[in-house]
Amino acid sequence: MTTSTPGVPTPGTASPAHRDDDEPAAARKLSRLEKRAIATKGRLSSPWASLVAIVLAILWTIPSIGLLVTSFRPELDIRRSGWWTVIPGIFSGDAEFTFDNYDQALYGSGANLSEVFVNTIVITLPAVLIPITVALLAAYGFAWIEFPGRNLLFVAVFALQVVPIQVALVPLLSDYVQANGFFNAVFGVGISGTFWTVWLSHSIFALPLATFLLHNFMKDVPRSLVEAARVDGAGHVKIFFRVLFPLLVPAIAAFGIFQFLWVWNDLLVGLTFTDPAYRPLTVAVAEMAGSRGGDWHILTAGAFISMIVPLVVFLLLQRYFVRGMLAGAVKG
Amino acid sequence: MTWLLAPDTTGEKLAAMVVAVLLFVVVMGVILYAVDRPKRIPSWVVAVGFVGPVLAMIAYGLLRPGLITLWDSFFHRNTTEFVGLDNYVRMLTDGAFQKVLVVTAAWVILAPLLSTVIGLVYAVLVDRTRFERLAKTLVFVPMAISMVGASIIWGFVYEFRPDQPGVSQIGLLNQVLVWLGIPPQQFLIGQPWNTGFLILVMIWIQTGFAMTVLSAAIKAIPDDITEAARLDGLHGLGMFRYITVPSIRPALVVVLTTIAMTTLKAFDIVRTMTGGQFGTQIVANEFYTQAFRQNNQGLAAAFAVVLFILVIPIVAYNVRQMRKSEEIR
Repeated sequence: MTTSTPGVPTPGTASPAHRDDDEPAAARKLSRLEKRAIATKGRLSSPWASLVAIVLAILWTIPSIGLLVTSFRPELDIRRSGWWTVIPGIFSGDAEFTFDNYDQALYGSGANLSEVFVNTIVITLPAVLIPITVALLAAYGFAWIEFPGRNLLFVAVFALQVVPIQVALVPLLSDYVQANGFFNAVFGVGISGTFWTVWLSHSIFALPLATFLLHNFMKDVPRSLVEAARVDGAGHVKIFFRVLFPLLVPAIAAFGIFQFLWVWNDLLVGLTFTDPAYRPLTVAVAEMAGSRGGDWHILTAGAFISMIVPLVVFLLLQRYFVRGMLAGAVKG
Repeated sequence: MTWLLAPDTTGEKLAAMVVAVLLFVVVMGVILYAVDRPKRIPSWVVAVGFVGPVLAMIAYGLLRPGLITLWDSFFHRNTTEFVGLDNYVRMLTDGAFQKVLVVTAAWVILAPLLSTVIGLVYAVLVDRTRFERLAKTLVFVPMAISMVGASIIWGFVYEFRPDQPGVSQIGLLNQVLVWLGIPPQQFLIGQPWNTGFLILVMIWIQTGFAMTVLSAAIKAIPDDITEAARLDGLHGLGMFRYITVPSIRPALVVVLTTIAMTTLKAFDIVRTMTGGQFGTQIVANEFYTQAFRQNNQGLAAAFAVVLFILVIPIVAYNVRQMRKSEEIR
């Protein structure tokens, strides 16, 4: 082996079958950083690799750009020509853009997405806050309170992650409809189809993953920290809020973004549990795609309206999202 | 109090939301206060306070409905007449449903494989380049877009206009065909390729996920290993084949299985783009159709159970691989 850098052990498992002992002598004198620089440079200057990467990046971006550009074009133009035909116009200043499509999608009598937008916000915020809070408490319980059957119950919660929510939809819906009798008697209106059942359903469906993820993060907190607080006479509630909660803020942010995107982008739960008056954006836009499939001026604007908030949240908080995803993917 | 359950205006909706959150905070506060009284209480009472809400909610909203669905799957459409395994038999023998299973299989095999391969290649190509951050964000962004939104984006790419003089294509893909001198196609109608074009949307969404996880795994490969391999004369493809891929094997398994499960359960793309017509129906959408359109509760339950059964081997494989890699460690 021609390992020249001192202190670098050669892992036997990773050594490839063939060797090349004629490594140029000059390479051995280079420091690690310089080698890294050469390797990086070598990769960049490989034209094929760069070409493939650029082509992939363009392929992945163009469809969204097409949607965005189209949503700002006048209706007639959209029908007559492809969105790419505006590209020369952008440089010459001839391209015509308008907010009419957004106006129609948001306030037009057919679409009226401005109201639907409120629905999505009203659905999303509690459906993020509630499961995180409940799961945090449970994660603490599973991690730091001794009680009989703890491991068994935790494994059960973990295992229920894999249950597809389709399995639970119909029984839950019939429950909610049955509860209407009671709520009609007390409040004068039924509960099925309202925000309340959607909040409850979203919260339940999020709990297994949330509990599991937050438990993993909570377990990483050093035991000595919790023990020290306990010796000082702090109860569980105090330990939870004073010691653990501040340490878990990044983990909570990570799962929060995860759940936010999930609920905002969800179609199945919204479709199943909401009345038309309370339906979220995804349901409204999917419906538009079905009933007005050819009206691309409304559809593109509507789709973009439904995407803008998650896009902004995602781009601003990408770091946390990636962390949550890696924790979920690698540990789960 | 009616507005709390059935708000009419935007203000009432927002108020109902605030009330719901406050109500929840109060309930949780009461529970915590009750288990945190200074007097000695057995630890299991404290445990119930912390763990109880999750267990109760999961038992009520996941476990119990799951068992009901399993039970219902042995019944006729109105869930009164016991029919044994008839729903499952019908699923496996009826030609239309057999096709649904085949199409679903195509989704579950192709979407994870292609997303992972493309994501891996891309992660390796942009690794440690100057534009890594931007390049990754571009491919990652579709993860933030709902599948409904993605369906509209791609529906527009696939848009078809009849091939007549004076009519120009407005869908990009058909315009590319026209530029190449090929007549435009109805991508979402022609079987069996339409399923492929739907799967492409899922690949577009999931590649970012694969790329991000795999890129993190690649960066975690110890420098010593890559350096030793480089000194041993490994470059480019050899490095990729003998060092990168074996080193990130556990991450590859996780990515493949995660995407497979997402793909299996997702019905949004099919529902939005074709509604399951033209031979594109999949199990997740067939469940929705049977449950809420055809009102065949027995068959819908059976489809939901099948969805669950199909997830199990994927999870089992995932867990086994994790055990194995932990043993090695």
